[in-house]
Parts: sequence; structure tokens; C-alpha cells
Amino acid sequence: MEADITLRVDGEERVVTVDTRTTLLDALRDRLGVTAPKKGCDHGQCGSCTVLVDGRREVSCLSLAVAKDGAEVVTAAGLVDADGPHPVQRAFVDNDALQCGFCTPGQVCSAVGVLAEAEAGWPSAVTAPGATPELTDAEIKERMSGNLCRCGAYPGIVAAVREVAG
Amino acid sequence: MRPFAYQRAADAPSAVAAVAADPRAVFLAGGTNLVDHLKLGVAAPSLVVDVSGLAVDEVEELPDGGLRIGAGTRNSDLAAHPLVRERYPLLSEALLSGASGQLRNVATTGGNLLQRTRCGYFRDTTVPCNKREPGSGCPALTGHNRYHAILGASRECVATHPSDMATALVALDATAVVLGVDGSRRVPVGELHRLPGDDPTRDTVLAHGDLITAVELPAPFGGRSRYRKVRDRASFAFALVSLAAAVRVRDGVIDDLRLVLGGVAHTPWRARHAEDALRGAAPTEGALRAAADAELLDAKALTGNAFKVPLARNALLSVLRDLTDIAPELEEDA
Repeated sequence: MEADITLRVDGEERVVTVDTRTTLLDALRDRLGVTAPKKGCDHGQCGSCTVLVDGRREVSCLSLAVAKDGAEVVTAAGLVDADGPHPVQRAFVDNDALQCGFCTPGQVCSAVGVLAEAEAGWPSAVTAPGATPELTDAEIKERMSGNLCRCGAYPGIVAAVREVAG
Repeated sequence: MRPFAYQRAADAPSAVAAVAADPRAVFLAGGTNLVDHLKLGVAAPSLVVDVSGLAVDEVEELPDGGLRIGAGTRNSDLAAHPLVRERYPLLSEALLSGASGQLRNVATTGGNLLQRTRCGYFRDTTVPCNKREPGSGCPALTGHNRYHAILGASRECVATHPSDMATALVALDATAVVLGVDGSRRVPVGELHRLPGDDPTRDTVLAHGDLITAVELPAPFGGRSRYRKVRDRASFAFALVSLAAAVRVRDGVIDDLRLVLGGVAHTPWRARHAEDALRGAAPTEGALRAAADAELLDAKALTGNAFKVPLARNALLSVLRDLTDIAPELEEDA
């Protein structure tokens, strides 16, 4: 079965016909040519396909594109604006937060989500009950645990997120 | 992945009618479990009825001091909700100990309750599994069963229920509000999941087409609570053993308590033997040990998960010591 859907991807409205079986990740990569989100495990376990959907970080491999009709999707490519790379992207470069770079678009989108969630006061598993969270290294590690990096660039990733969190 | 029809539900009753009318139809909410199963071939529906657009994500106070949680409420929103953090910290802790930030942003309250086992044989369609294909066998009995059940299992199935949230909800005495073709009814979350027995295909007591529309919490239990999760890595892993505990101590005596183990059975496991042993008792090291031992008396280990028995015992002991302010004593026989 096919369905016509509309997605706003990195600021641009895109209309596409998808098979109902198509995931958001495959719709972005294979149908729309948006290759910033990467297909790592394709089972929601590695985080390399992380994008922002209506402002929240999600893994794009575990949702059906048809169910996201009308959504606003921002990938790592869409984080760049007229002033250049997003502060998180600059911090990743400045802190050597990558080696091969495959997981990086997902890491960056996840980090942008983490910053917004902490700003909104969302707790994590390491936040003391009732406390207002601050992005310490322990908080960053816990909150970024859905993004794996096989090169092991974790110390740089934590440093990058810490730098932007201020 | 097999082809399927997709339908966006206009409202809950029409979603229920659509799924009930087709034995191979399924509900789709957050999709973090279902879409994975579609890819694996574990689920092969003819029709997917999307309930993610239904506006059932309100968290509201009830007149009796409780809380009503719309079934579509995302795990991250529920964990961060001020009323949940203030009055039901056990629920917030359990939610935050599960999955990753990305998954919690999508996974719903109803879907989390209905997530299926992570047993590797269930998820692998090239091998037998009584839960997937009745009568085909259970390779986990002698295979890789490190994550499997030590309580309430059967020869047919030794899978465990994976939800941290459900474990906490049982401890909080929550009730699921279920809409079926014959109308709405209430099912205590503690009676929602079922032991495998001779029909492991059924995870819950729900009928095909039943849709969880809300979860209701009674007024807070009071006292102190804790969610402790033991797992193979510090974050983003399913529980080997977890414990949702709430204890009320009054005048030096345990007035009431709730103990629910996760990761040990086909359901969240209400530790009634341990509760009964401690209710009305003074919290002493000896009483805690006797209670933990009573609960695990019937535990049956498989080839690869005998460690879960002392792990569950130690989880009970360490959390109960914390919640009742008992200093740990060395066990000479341990």
C-alpha cells in the first residue's frame, strides 16, 4: 500500500509517496535524498539515525513515515543556518568529538535534544529526586546513552556537550 | 516486511472497532516495539491502526487525590511531569531507568505496558518459540537464558516482561482503563500481565481489539520509595533484576509496603511473600533476610541465570535497608 505524505525537512516542504512499510529513516535517505541521518543498527539501539521531530529527538528508524505525515523534521544538515554550523556542531569539531564521523549526525541531533530537555528541567536517571538538573558529565553521559560511537570518541562528545551547556 | 494497510484512527472507539474486526490488525502508538517487530517478522499484521494522533496525552488530578494518565502520554513527558516527580517519584525513576532519551520521547504509556519480551528466541523468526509459534518449542530452556525468568515460568516459556514502568505501576497499585468493543472497563495493572502457563502467546488478559486509554494512580502511598535497576551496563539496557519498592514505617514498625520485582518473571512480580513477612514487623536485618528468602524460596534457575536468585535477594535487602534506615551487616555465610 502507498500513501502520499508531506514532511517539512530541514525547513523545506517535501511531498512524497511512500509504501506504508517505509520508515522515516528510509523515507529521508532513499526517497528524499537526505542522508545526514545514518542507518546503523536499524533497530533503535545505536542512535545514528537520530533526528528532531517536531522539536524532539527521536530515532527515525523506529517510526513509519506514513505515521509522521505533517511532521517537522530537522536533521544534522538542517542545523546549519546562515551563520554557519550550529554551536553543537562547532563544539564537536573543537573538542575532537568524532573520529570516523558516522555516528556524528545522530550524536549532534541528540545533543541538541539533550540541551533543550535539560533547559526544560527534565530529570534523568542520575538526577537527584526533585532536583533541577544541571548538565554535569554524569548527566551528559546518561542522557547521551542512546548514541553509540564505535570509535570511542565519548570523552570528546561529553566535552562538546558540556561546552555548549556552559 | 509483509505489506499492510494503514489507517489513522479518528477516535478511540473507531480504532477499537477496526482492530476488533480484523484478527490480524494491530494498534500503532509510538511504534518503538511494533516497528522493530515488523522488521524482524515477529509481527506481520494485515492492518495497522494508528492511535498516535488521538489526543489522549493529558495528565490530570483525580478528585480522590490520584492521577489519570492518558495512554498516549510519552514516557519522557510522564517522567518529567511535576505531579509525577513530586507525588510518584517511583514512577519517574522507573521510566528514566528505561530505554534511551530518543525512545522515551516516542514511547507511550499504553505501549510501554504492552511491550513484548526481549527474549532473543522470540525475536528470531528462524528458531522455534512457543510464544511466536505455539507448540514449536522453547530453545531458551537450555540455550541463552541469562535474561530469563526465575519465578512463575513454565516448560512452555521462560521469557521475562521487560518494562520498568509496569513494575513501578504495579507497586503504585495503578489501574488500566481499557476500551473494548463492549465498552470501557478497569483492569488493575497488577492483573494485566499473565504468567505463561500453557499459552505463552498471550502476554496479557486483554482481548484482541482492547485498547488501553488511560492509567489511573490512586492517591500516593506515602512513606519512602525507590526503583533499583541492575543491568549489564550503566544505561540503556534491560533489567537483569529490578525492584520497585515503597515502604511506610510508623512507630518503629513497617505499617505497609509494596515490593515488585522486574526482570524475573513473565509479569512484573509482586513479592507478596516478602511483603507479608514484613508487614507489621520491626525492620531488622534478620526480618529483611527472612522476607527476601521467603520470596525466593520457589525460585527456579535455568542453566544461565542462577545468579539472578542472589541478585534479587540482594536487591531486596539493599533497597529495604535504605528505605528503613538499617545499617548493612556482613553475612558470614554469604
